[in-house]
Amino acid sequence: MSAAMSAARTLLSSWLPPTVAAVAILGSWEILLALLRPDGFVLPPPTEIASAVAENFDAIVTAITVTGFIVLTGLLAGVMVGVAFALLVTAFRAANETLTPLAVAVNAVPIIALAPIFNAWFGILSPRSNQAVVVVLVFFPVFINTARGLARVSPSQVELMESYGAGKWRIMREVRIPNAMPFFFTALKLATSLAVIAAIVAEYFGGRQDALGNLITTSAGLTRYNDAWAAVLAGSLLGIGLYVLAVALERLAMPWYFTARRSS
Amino acid sequence: MSSQPETLNNETVNAVEITDVSKIFNPGRHNEVKALEGIDLRIGQGDFVTLIGPSGCGKSTLLRLVASLIDASEGTVTVNGKAADRARLDRDYSMVFQRAGLFDWRNVARNIELPLELMGWKAAERRRRSAEMLELVKLSEFARHHPAELSGGMQQRVAIARAMSFDPKLLLMDEPFGALDEMTREHMQNELLRIWSETRITVVFVTHSIPEAVFLSTKIVVMSPRPGRIAAVIDNDLGARSETTRDDPAFFTNVTAVRNALRGDH
Repeated sequence: MSAAMSAARTLLSSWLPPTVAAVAILGSWEILLALLRPDGFVLPPPTEIASAVAENFDAIVTAITVTGFIVLTGLLAGVMVGVAFALLVTAFRAANETLTPLAVAVNAVPIIALAPIFNAWFGILSPRSNQAVVVVLVFFPVFINTARGLARVSPSQVELMESYGAGKWRIMREVRIPNAMPFFFTALKLATSLAVIAAIVAEYFGGRQDALGNLITTSAGLTRYNDAWAAVLAGSLLGIGLYVLAVALERLAMPWYFTARRSS
Repeated sequence: MSSQPETLNNETVNAVEITDVSKIFNPGRHNEVKALEGIDLRIGQGDFVTLIGPSGCGKSTLLRLVASLIDASEGTVTVNGKAADRARLDRDYSMVFQRAGLFDWRNVARNIELPLELMGWKAAERRRRSAEMLELVKLSEFARHHPAELSGGMQQRVAIARAMSFDPKLLLMDEPFGALDEMTREHMQNELLRIWSETRITVVFVTHSIPEAVFLSTKIVVMSPRPGRIAAVIDNDLGARSETTRDDPAFFTNVTAVRNALRGDH
């Protein structure tokens, strides 16, 4: 009984403030626009965006699916390449000396600017070019953060493993990889929003016509700003969804990390 | 390996033999440091030896040489009659550091089982042994806790349990109680002596603290810095310890002897 009440209280205290904030922001947005009556295409009120979502529901669901697929596949590939690079540069000095400067150089390129070039490589209507932008953009934060986590281990934990006669790979498995997990998940959470941005901006330049980026540019081009806002809202939901997924994975993958934080 | 006949009978072989050892870090470079010079030391089976000295006297370096975590520049180090490196790979010894160095991602029992996993023990035997070890350090009810949920003293007890889990012949401890408060520290000293008297394991223990060295050990190696040398070896025969030992006149006599040796007037 009291446990249920305290659980309800915890739920209330964690959900109430953001809910109140959201309602307050949306409410004052609606009221201010009703009072000031600016031209509709500057900023539509939330209710109009909501009805635009309802009107274009099928197109928006399709766009989320199409862009979501690009984001998810690009994210997965970028994460895999980033983690692979991190493991390689940690394990082999030679890899560190060759791959790290290469990664830094790739990161220095304004990657979004590559989108039209990738279109030429993969074809203007192919989602491959959009995926490529996502992969390249996601790769770097994952690589750098994971590599840092693999390297920044407690020296006495490494000495301890050596004192047990453990070799490099055993130390990698038992010490470096678990130690890198919090670093990796920080990068993954960052990468989810980066991936959505990368995909949508890449879609401005090409790719499938029913994707989110294209929906935004065509709606805006036809001065149907409510529809454009509806598509932006859909993009935000995609980003939030992926972020929540990353947080859930983080909790599943390293429950010990949250035990440690709770008690210290 | 070179002394096969002697290793057949462990009782006759010293736990540690350090012969004419020196250690130079960064040789030939501008930051060259002579950390140890002319070190000779014999540690018998079942001894409890402390290495004491000011910062920079090379006591931790000496411990790492015995552990073969670093190599001597000159001289030889043997553990149980074997080259130190061989002894490391044979898991003749175990180490405890100042920071417990427990793995946050393993619960207490699985931390203790880590060396057993590395040695390929079966899961059931690991469970049984970690339970025994938790009993030895009196932490049985914390088996499934995570290290971050334990106090510093409890963490260090888990580190000792981990170190003892595979029955090493030699325990190397690098200021293991240095980060603990005075009360916890004395409690841990009592616990360590209890474990030592129950297991008769050989202990090499690095410390800054004179009372700690005198309370714990059978032999105190006093070191002096720049370069690290052995200034004196003091036999510290206080018999079986108890809480009253800390108030014993013989205890204070030996504290004074160590202090004088550290000052260099002996």
